[in-house]
Amino acid sequence: MNGNFVMFEEEQRQIQSTCDRLAKDANALAVLVIDKNGQEIARSGQTEHLDVTSLSSLFAGNVAATGGIAKLLAEKEFAGQFHEGEKTNVHISLVAQRAILVVLFDGHSSLGLVRLRVRKASDELGRIFEAVITKMNKGGGGTPGLFGEITDDDIDNLFNE
Amino acid sequence: MSFINYSSREINCKIVYYGPGLCGKTTNLQYIYNKTNPEAKGKMISLATETERTLFFDFLPLSLGEIRGFKTRFHLYTVPGQVFYDASRKLILKGVDGVCFVADSQIARTEANIESLENLRTNLEEQGYNLDKLPYVVQYNKRDLPDVAPVAELRELLNPTKVPDYEAVATTGVGVFDTLKAVAKLVLTELKRGG
Repeated sequence: MNGNFVMFEEEQRQIQSTCDRLAKDANALAVLVIDKNGQEIARSGQTEHLDVTSLSSLFAGNVAATGGIAKLLAEKEFAGQFHEGEKTNVHISLVAQRAILVVLFDGHSSLGLVRLRVRKASDELGRIFEAVITKMNKGGGGTPGLFGEITDDDIDNLFNE
Repeated sequence: MSFINYSSREINCKIVYYGPGLCGKTTNLQYIYNKTNPEAKGKMISLATETERTLFFDFLPLSLGEIRGFKTRFHLYTVPGQVFYDASRKLILKGVDGVCFVADSQIARTEANIESLENLRTNLEEQGYNLDKLPYVVQYNKRDLPDVAPVAELRELLNPTKVPDYEAVATTGVGVFDTLKAVAKLVLTELKRGG
């Protein structure tokens, strides 16, 4: 396999705090941080009514498709996307080639404000992801420590009906 | 690429159902969706054309329970099988942890199966994966139809490396969960090995 992506408690807390601040500063409805493969990393704001799992998969699909288009047009990437809805608008951007930052907002905010706040948050998130990757490369992300203890029986038990 | 979150104590894995057009990839996911307890599944998303052909992907999130205090979550995806959607298939393979190749057992689809399997191998290589090193299972679907090739023949053509393979009738569910369990188990075993 091509290695795993590991999120540690410390960095998870930092990402969460950046998301919380971005949601507040951008006056956003909600902020999501999603792994490029469609897994949720963090959420903030009014997310109780959102199906974050489905949204994560679709945002990742959207970003992947846009990346595919960029490649065909000989562009490195399209760094950001904006979807304008009747009530809810969506700002999507890539962070450190690793994660997707999604901001949902309504008329209480504006695209300009969101863009401004996203820029700052992206820098912070970029640094946090770099730290995660450094930690992973140093072996902190090695799974055998945790998963070496898993027995074949543990795996079989998952599938017992 | 599995996503292991120590903070939320979750293991997230991605399984992709691959195969030629109309082989029953979406039907596999629909059957799993219909037969899974509501608390263990999320919504099934299908990005399909008006004629219900997969346009981009189907997506079904499943929770399989805990393993050593970690919740195991599997995200199942299908690719669009039609030949001209190759760019989309490549995107969906990104970050894959396990692959299930769904073959259409009908004799008339032999060429389509071979072509799709070659396409899978090529597209994986483009992403830096080797099918022979990836958790991988094969399903011979549509065993209930009249003009199907013998399993031995399909096995020789489509499963030369002898990975786990299953006969299936996805419309009635025969072999569907066997296939899913086999690939999920291989993915977890690979994680255990530190893959």
